[in-house]
Amino acid sequence: MTMKTLYKILSLTVIIFSLLITSCVKDLDTIPLDDDVLTSEKIYSDFNNYEKVLAKVYAGLAVSGQRGPDGNNDLRGLDEGFGQYTRAYFYAQELPTDEAILGWNDGNLRDYQEMDWSASNEFIFNMYSRIFYQISLCNEFIRETAADKLTDRGFNSTQISTIETFRNEARFLRAFSYYHALDMFGSVPFVTEKDAVGSFLPTQISRTDLFDYVETELLAVEGNLMAPKTNDYGRVDQASAWMLLARLYLNAEVYGVSAQYTEAITYSKKVIDAGYTLEDNYAEMFMADNQTANGIIFAIPYDGINIKTWGGTCFIINAQVGGSMLPADFGISGGWWGLRAKPQFVDKFPTDNSDKRKMFYTAGQAKDITDMFNFNHGYAVTKWKNVKSTGGAGVNATHPDTDQPIFRLADAYLMYAEAVLRGGTGGDLSAALGYVNEIRTKAYGNTTGNITQPQLTLSFILDERARELYWEGYRRTDLIRYGLFTGGGYIWQWKGGVQAGVATNEKYNLFPIPDADMGANPNLVQNEGY
Amino acid sequence: MLITCNLMRSDASYSDFFCNFDELKMTCFLYNCSILLIVYFIKIRGPMKKRIFTMLSLLFLGILITGAISAQEIRVTGKVSDAADGSALVGVTIQEKGTTKGTTTDLNGNYTITVSPTGTLVVSYVGYTQQEIPINNQTTINVRMAVGELMLREIMVIGYGTVRKEDATGSVKAVSSEYFNPGIVSSPQEMVIGKMAGVQITTGGGAPGSGATIRIRGGSSLRASNDPLIVIDGVAIDTDGPTGMRNPLSTINQNDIETFTVLKDASATAIYGSRASNGVIIITTKKGSAGKSLTVNYSGNVSISNPIKNVEVFSAAEFRQLIATKFASNAQAQTLLGDSNTSWQKEIFQTAVSHDHNINFSGGMGDLPYRVSIGYTSQNGILKTDNLQRLTGAINIAPSFLDDYLKVELNAKGMTNNNTFANQGAIGGSLSMDPTQPTDFLWKNPDGSPLFVAPMNPLTQLYDQEDIATVNRFIGNLMLEYKMHFLPALKAKLNLGLDQSGSKGTVTIPVGSFLNYATYHGLGRDTEYDQKKTNSLLDFYFDYTGDIGAHSRISAIAGYSWQHFYRDGKTLTTSTDGVTSYEDSDYKSENFLISFFGRVNYVLYDKYLLTATLRYDGSSRFSPETRWGLFPSAAFAWNISKEGFLLNNKVLSNLKLRLGYGVTGQQNLSDNDYPYQAVYTYADPGAYYQFGNVFIQTSRAGGYDANLKWEETTTYNAGLDFGFLKDRITGDLDLYYRKTIDLINEIPVPAGTNLTNQIVTNVGDLENRGIEFSINARAIATSDLEWEIGFNATFNENKITKLTAVDDPAYKGVFVGGISGGVGNNIQIHSVGYPSYAFYVQEQVYDADGKPIEGLYVDRNNDGAITGDDRYRYQKPAPTVFMGFSSLLRYKNLDFNLNGRVNLGNYIYNNVFSSAGSYANMAASGYLSNRVKNVEFTNFENSQYFSDYFIENGSFMKLDNVSVGYNFNNLMQDKLKLRVYCNAQNLITVTKYTGLDPEVFSGIDNNIYPRPRTFMLGVSLTY
Repeated sequence: MTMKTLYKILSLTVIIFSLLITSCVKDLDTIPLDDDVLTSEKIYSDFNNYEKVLAKVYAGLAVSGQRGPDGNNDLRGLDEGFGQYTRAYFYAQELPTDEAILGWNDGNLRDYQEMDWSASNEFIFNMYSRIFYQISLCNEFIRETAADKLTDRGFNSTQISTIETFRNEARFLRAFSYYHALDMFGSVPFVTEKDAVGSFLPTQISRTDLFDYVETELLAVEGNLMAPKTNDYGRVDQASAWMLLARLYLNAEVYGVSAQYTEAITYSKKVIDAGYTLEDNYAEMFMADNQTANGIIFAIPYDGINIKTWGGTCFIINAQVGGSMLPADFGISGGWWGLRAKPQFVDKFPTDNSDKRKMFYTAGQAKDITDMFNFNHGYAVTKWKNVKSTGGAGVNATHPDTDQPIFRLADAYLMYAEAVLRGGTGGDLSAALGYVNEIRTKAYGNTTGNITQPQLTLSFILDERARELYWEGYRRTDLIRYGLFTGGGYIWQWKGGVQAGVATNEKYNLFPIPDADMGANPNLVQNEGY
Repeated sequence: MLITCNLMRSDASYSDFFCNFDELKMTCFLYNCSILLIVYFIKIRGPMKKRIFTMLSLLFLGILITGAISAQEIRVTGKVSDAADGSALVGVTIQEKGTTKGTTTDLNGNYTITVSPTGTLVVSYVGYTQQEIPINNQTTINVRMAVGELMLREIMVIGYGTVRKEDATGSVKAVSSEYFNPGIVSSPQEMVIGKMAGVQITTGGGAPGSGATIRIRGGSSLRASNDPLIVIDGVAIDTDGPTGMRNPLSTINQNDIETFTVLKDASATAIYGSRASNGVIIITTKKGSAGKSLTVNYSGNVSISNPIKNVEVFSAAEFRQLIATKFASNAQAQTLLGDSNTSWQKEIFQTAVSHDHNINFSGGMGDLPYRVSIGYTSQNGILKTDNLQRLTGAINIAPSFLDDYLKVELNAKGMTNNNTFANQGAIGGSLSMDPTQPTDFLWKNPDGSPLFVAPMNPLTQLYDQEDIATVNRFIGNLMLEYKMHFLPALKAKLNLGLDQSGSKGTVTIPVGSFLNYATYHGLGRDTEYDQKKTNSLLDFYFDYTGDIGAHSRISAIAGYSWQHFYRDGKTLTTSTDGVTSYEDSDYKSENFLISFFGRVNYVLYDKYLLTATLRYDGSSRFSPETRWGLFPSAAFAWNISKEGFLLNNKVLSNLKLRLGYGVTGQQNLSDNDYPYQAVYTYADPGAYYQFGNVFIQTSRAGGYDANLKWEETTTYNAGLDFGFLKDRITGDLDLYYRKTIDLINEIPVPAGTNLTNQIVTNVGDLENRGIEFSINARAIATSDLEWEIGFNATFNENKITKLTAVDDPAYKGVFVGGISGGVGNNIQIHSVGYPSYAFYVQEQVYDADGKPIEGLYVDRNNDGAITGDDRYRYQKPAPTVFMGFSSLLRYKNLDFNLNGRVNLGNYIYNNVFSSAGSYANMAASGYLSNRVKNVEFTNFENSQYFSDYFIENGSFMKLDNVSVGYNFNNLMQDKLKLRVYCNAQNLITVTKYTGLDPEVFSGIDNNIYPRPRTFMLGVSLTY
């Protein structure tokens, strides 16, 4: 091979290669072809998309992914069956308590019900992941709706003001999820809109600092949210912020800050004075047309066609039905044979049926639970239904139309009464008694269930909260506030993993930081005892 | 058989009339081509059967004409002797080039063969130089053969070209068609099961044409694909097959495959860079040869498949007994018992009959070699309602122009695949359905509505769901090779390839069916889906091969490759009346790969061999900052047997040392083409949110990793090839070590830092190390009796060495391996220091009788409580050692083949036993359900999913394939060859595993479609 031929080869190669490189290397710059997938830049250039992105922030509480009831999951590696936010919340708040037992042999679900979970529990990881997913969604939206960005994108002032309302709702929803983190996990990684998406290791915020943050955020957005009852159904308003503030203050001591019962009274009173009324018929608040029920301040909407999930009310209603219960009575085509009540909770009600909130199904059901996996052990509950108050079932026999109440007026009444009893100022006992008796009058349909001033004790309030708010996700927090969740002060069946129930370690008042996050983030310190 | 009759009628006078008309041959060839064209490219309307009939009728007509015009032939005799001492050589193969006509010399070295007077004889004998002798109308041809080296000069297929086998430096293993496992109907992978060390092939189960998982030297990835790259005739195909197709490789007809070549080490694969970390399989198909007359071959077979054994569940009598005793206190349970005796497993399985037909025409029209083939397969599954029908066609022509300066090769393969998928849920259903109920029984609520929690009648599962799909696929390429006039050793090659498929399928459940009643509310289900895939390829490269003086030989390539992968599809699910919509989704996506590559092979004194390759790959899946990856390799080989001290060694005929090093990449995330971009996804219907009275279609921000890049695997390989006694015994031994870094892995993100909880990113390291050994021996080689035996063994060890961004000893790992039973239960884990997919279980405590004590496990972390934290890592699903063995025995015209495999150290989670192995809910309210009989031993009241009792040693020895065949070589004055064979598959399995079949790739045995035992009768006719 001579130098000349070599030269020829080389020059030919160079010519052809340079042609190919210039024409084809650009092919590597691809953007999504799918009409349903848009780059971030495109999304935020169009005003109409802001509502869609905010709707997803809300939908993060309602559904598990971008296809109903499953498919295109928000989270990865977690089952969409139990992966939805409020179902995870129900598991965490109800299953470890005296109110509910779930008869399925799913993974470490049993540990939840026996109060002996560890940091590798997948259901705890699921709850934790949902909370932080929700926080990330909010952060992204808050980051992308900063004032300077909106101006740069050339929106007019009306548009900007609409987007700013959206932004405040997103800030509320972020505080709402941080509140869950505060309540269940204590000290957690802390991320705000100031942290860009990507690989970094968040630092942990102490429980008290997180309390302050949630409080500050809620106070900051409170005034900028829509006035009570003026926003669209399915969106939050000022009353939601007040409800959350009241709950935050009521539990302040649990969260490691000084007692703030006065503030609890202030904010529950704001809700009470906002013009809501209690629902006459308790059952109607948990039916397929409960969007028209009174006394619901904020609910997560469901719809048998448009908003479907395996969590939410779909889970509660389907899991609630089994044994000889007729699915059609609940507006569904078949039960999942899962949820029942524990006997200690059943005993909170009078033995007769005077309290209409006592909604148990007992035919073929034993009161005691000797086998937690047997649906016939434990009374079944009939509180939730996919049936309308006017008769007739929801449109879909698996995925109910029943909305899931998040904030209810009755809770404001009970928080007010409890805060007064716990020594908060700015309220009074007679008003408290009046509120409680108002609830009981609705429950009994008359005044026979009303109580007297001496009967209005803290322990009465706790029991009344159970009767009024059971299976709505309050119980764990309530029992902890009363010091009865762990330890031996109050024993229920299967507490601590034995049928009769035993005292448990107080470390279980907090869930552990899941080991997946401990592994991913070396900045984190595990909760005590785990 | 019809074909034979037609051919028989083409008597001498008839053929004489036509024999010298070349135009007619041409016409005939064109006729056959046009049939294929009609069938494949102009759609014949009508049902499959009608299409097949039309096609076959046309073909028979074609054969009739073709058969009539074959050339006149002469009889040649002669003697073959050793050139050195003149002694007669026994068992020398004499073949007419480009045909299947052949014979061997007798004890005196004599032979007789009937051939075309213008043909060429190919005379070959082990250890001697092969000769080609033009016949030129001679009737006596004596041959003197010299001991030679040329027999070593076999050509081996490598990436972008070929290499002389003696010059090869990498770990490359080829299996040619004569060594393929016989009797395989539609899964080409199965033809080489057990044939190659380091290559583990596991079929997906017993469904007709089911795919297979191929692992070359263990998996190098955790989350990204572990499938090897498959290159068919120069086109790297899409191994994520089209939807609606069971096995992407069944696009090619198994009868068209000439060789399977596996590139194992990185020095061989690195030329494929980013796609080569899991090895490369190069498949070449059969071609015609220039100047040869037309050969027609028909092969066909009929097979019968049967299930081998059943899972042991309670019989009706045992079930009644159990309900009467164990559940005596449950009054309702007693009333639920039925009066029938139904074995549900017998009800769902059947004896399945399948048949397969292939016909091909090959030869050369002047300088134009061609081969045309067409095949039809109909396979029934042993699970009732399961059926596969496949029609394949392939055309290969290779004309040359400009005095051979321009060579053109055109390959086109087409396939139509009609699948009827049986509902495999029926397999699990058959275990739990109450055996005392009649076959039409369904569990109902008191009001007559379906009882969802009860087991579904498996026959309803089979017959109420119709799941059919049609897939058309085309793979074709045009290769142009131009020899430079100024330097003929330099060639420019252009390869244009296309892999295109279209799928359409429907899944229907009628109104009122109890099947999936809850999901579809008794309104039935009508799913329609389709998918289109188009993958295009352009390779352009220069190839130089030549002696450069100083006892040196060099071959080099340098080039460019461009690939585009495009797919779109949609799915629409409604109720059967079309009113209610359940799913309406679509997708559209693409990705590109652009590469520059080069390779140099340098050979000095025929003894010292050096290969170096370099590939520079760009992938559209990564950001501009991270998308380019450089993949180098180098290998050195030493032909020790060519050194003076071994040159004339009588015993050792070949000894070669190979050392290789290389880096390869991985970018196949398979489910996301834009992982580095911030994108928003709109919700599909059903996942909206309500503002006021309006349902808003939401838009979700997705998680992404802007820094995502290649995963890199570095491989070190040391190998030794050896041959003894003129290569009567050959073999090789390889040691390898592969380390993958920057694993594309899905790990939990630090909470709050991304728009998801787990992200695909580069974290973690993994290593595989192993030893491969293979040996082949021609134990007996005489003219009448030949016996060839082969054996190979592989030891592979896989270990994860890093998994998280920060080392945290408390971090347990990534849970994987979902099981049936419960929701979201995982039985496996990826943990540092352990093999991937290690089982993560609790250590069972046993009583004095060796029975597991329910719920009692070893408190391994000594915290005084038995919790999920006491789980430990125990064994793994991949075999530690796997072996293959084969034997080919021929006595005169009779041959006998067998082959089998051994796997050692592969463990299985018996999910059939763990999920159906407790008394819980056996007699629940409203229904009864059956259990596996294993529960009598464990006495588990509740499922103990995580007990290591269910992890079983799945080591096995399988006799996969036994076949006997007879060749009739002299029919119709030697014009016709007939081979008749019978074959048995999946004949014997020796194992301690208590489940149905220990061959479970994932290591989790649940609802596996049992592999049947198949007996086949086949014929092959060559004219």
